[in-house]
Amino acid sequence: MKYLTEYRDGRVARALIEEIRGTATRPWVLMEVCGGQTHTIVKQGLDELIGGAVEMIHGPGCPVCVTPLEQIDKALALAARPDVIFTSFGDMLRVPGSECDLFQIRARGGAVRVVYSPLDALDLARKHPDKQVVFFAVGFETTAPANAMAVWRAQQLGVTNFTVLVSHVTVPPAMTAILDSPDNRVQGFLAAGHVCTIMGWTEYEPISAKYRVPIVVTGFEPIDILEGMLMTVRQLEEGRHDVENQYVRSVKRDGNQPAQELVSRVFHLVDRKWRGIGEIPGSGLALREEFAEFDAERRFAVEGIHTEESPACHAGEVLRGLLKPFECPAFGKECTPEHPLGAPMVSSEGACAAYYNYGRFRATAPSDV
Amino acid sequence: MCLGIPARIVEMHETQGLPMGVVDFGGVRREVCLAYVADQVKPGDYAVIHVGFAISKVDEEEARRTYEVLREMSQLDELEWLKEVADRAEGV
Repeated sequence: MKYLTEYRDGRVARALIEEIRGTATRPWVLMEVCGGQTHTIVKQGLDELIGGAVEMIHGPGCPVCVTPLEQIDKALALAARPDVIFTSFGDMLRVPGSECDLFQIRARGGAVRVVYSPLDALDLARKHPDKQVVFFAVGFETTAPANAMAVWRAQQLGVTNFTVLVSHVTVPPAMTAILDSPDNRVQGFLAAGHVCTIMGWTEYEPISAKYRVPIVVTGFEPIDILEGMLMTVRQLEEGRHDVENQYVRSVKRDGNQPAQELVSRVFHLVDRKWRGIGEIPGSGLALREEFAEFDAERRFAVEGIHTEESPACHAGEVLRGLLKPFECPAFGKECTPEHPLGAPMVSSEGACAAYYNYGRFRATAPSDV
Repeated sequence: MCLGIPARIVEMHETQGLPMGVVDFGGVRREVCLAYVADQVKPGDYAVIHVGFAISKVDEEEARRTYEVLREMSQLDELEWLKEVADRAEGV
């Protein structure tokens, strides 16, 4: 496929790996922010190929992983209601709540439907006027314009049986939280290419300046990621800390303006809890008052939620890059993709699931630079 | 979840005032919302598609330029590639 297969060429990858290894005079610690990048890195073994020159720490950019347990439990309570058709992206269905997951709610007779697009959920509401259709609006800045459009359209078309359970998060505050942490080891970031497709990269300029870290907006194919690593390593070797753009075929400095406009018309910034990490100020999006009628939490009383995390799960440390998945005692034992204890074992973008699915059960010895 | 896949825009239309279109993902076609790129794209262009929405037009010029740089770095050229294919055919 055009713009896809050419970014998977093994020969170009080998040349980039050689260049990275030739450029690094010492090992550098980089973080890829987005779970999609984590998936590519682990699947292709890119971190092993550049071992010794670059250590990759996997970032928290997996919405499935960081959606707080309270919101999952609220989703479960809503999906169990007989008057509700609960709609969600497919990867949320197996995320463990305190007591069960959405698949189990469906098995018990709950109407849980997977949709490809939030507009499909809105269509479902129009086709079932006798039901309440709730959409689980999760995701980062990439997904926010799609979810904002569904709410905007619902208002425009006067659809009264459609609501959203919102759990949106934004990337820059999480990067700042990581850099502020006393145990931070990250020296450079590969920023998330599709988040920046929407937002551009101006928000990252103050972060790179304040913390003196290079930030390179990076795509998702193996060649993109290797080139992003090379650009970051070059900056580190030259003592620079700029924001650069590797993913030039999709990202412009100011991002997608119409998308940003609709997102800020429908949502506003709030403090948001991240599962496994805790509350990060100004890191979430919630519906503005003008759209309160589309807020599932207001339409339905979802109270009395008592959350309970599995005590055996170390997802928080994995999400902050303090533990590699295989260092968790439950990894591959009590916790597998079939029976996940924590969200990072569920999503294909979660670090634990990526390590499990691609057979990373132990550390590989780094090769020399 | 931030998965975005490049697809070719096949046709564009409006549904109740919303810019929509059909895109082709290497043979698989789907209707997507074009509201966020409507003023930049035309049929035949490529766009990055995420959860049923086009989020950017693929900049073909930039794509070609970076790929040239990478190709030079890896010292690949067409002749070399043709030779490889020929060698493989001969079972070398």
